[in-house]
Amino acid sequence: MMPAAMLFGGSMHDFEIAQSGGHEGRAVWFRRGARAAFSIPGLILVSAFVGFAGLARDAGLTLAETVFMTGVVWALPGKVVLVGAILAGNGLPAAAFAVALSSVRLAPMVVALTPEMRTARTPTWVLYALSHFVAVTSWVLAMDRFRHVPRPMRTSFYAGLGSTLVLGNMVVVAAVFLIAGRLPPAVSAALFFLTPMYFLTSLWGSARERAGQVAMILGLALGPVFHLLTPDFDLVAAGMVAGLAAFGIHLIGKRRHQA
Amino acid sequence: MTFTAIDAWWWPYVFILVAGWLATDFWRFLGVYLGGRISEESELIVLVRCIATALVAAVIANLVIFPSGALAGTPLLLRVGAGIAGFLAYLAAGKRVIVGILVGEATLGIGLLVFS
Repeated sequence: MMPAAMLFGGSMHDFEIAQSGGHEGRAVWFRRGARAAFSIPGLILVSAFVGFAGLARDAGLTLAETVFMTGVVWALPGKVVLVGAILAGNGLPAAAFAVALSSVRLAPMVVALTPEMRTARTPTWVLYALSHFVAVTSWVLAMDRFRHVPRPMRTSFYAGLGSTLVLGNMVVVAAVFLIAGRLPPAVSAALFFLTPMYFLTSLWGSARERAGQVAMILGLALGPVFHLLTPDFDLVAAGMVAGLAAFGIHLIGKRRHQA
Repeated sequence: MTFTAIDAWWWPYVFILVAGWLATDFWRFLGVYLGGRISEESELIVLVRCIATALVAAVIANLVIFPSGALAGTPLLLRVGAGIAGFLAYLAAGKRVIVGILVGEATLGIGLLVFS
């Protein structure tokens, strides 16, 4: 019988790793997951956190608050929205609502990832705990690497990957926070520009359908408009109006396609 | 009830926990709970993704158009131009994020050298 990994185009090496998984301990796979964090997507994520640290410091947050936020929220869009709401002087309900709206996409991502890690013997609490690590970068890396990881070891692999990314970026945020005050203005400006540049590109690439790209363009245009019109509620208003409009265009296009 | 409404050391952490942690992990936990019950292709998920994408895009536009701190001292046209240059480079390079970031930053840096 031909090994499945070879049938699906994987190398013999991958197959051997997958086969030997049963004999290797969880610690080995945890370390392999941790090592997977040191990659191009991981490096790009670090640059985005360098920008985030500058943004949070500028918004008046303390080092401890920023590191705390990095650990408990983790997903960068949610954190950038939270800092945006703090900057705009939004109240707690408005800020929570804006962050929640920006983070809904985490639910379908977890829905997609969980079945890949689950076996009949996986305790439910492990899946809940690991879901905290879900954000764009760890999700993309995991979905890419899981086929080289034996199924029973995938929770250990993801624990290594996720915890390394979270703890590593908490350290990055703290380090940037400490040196940011001593940088020349031009370097600080470049630092703050990292966050918008990261999202301008990664948001476009992560869109699953054309509607997502339409939503991005409308959101870019309406954000500043609503900032002037309704400064207290600008993010939610721009997100709802632009998102619904993009969805409407998506439905019209689909109907026309079917007719 | 803003971030600075209560002058106590613990208030910012409560604000971050409720508006940050609760508002994000709620969706992650819901994702585990729902398991395979929703399809990634369903129209509801498309709507949800549209609103989330537009909201983050609105934040990004505001960071570029109405910045604070060191970026506020740079010309508006330069910021918008650098953003567009970086985005076009990203598309031209076959959607490579790292290229977009480098070109956007380089445009901003060169612009600052020229204007100052």
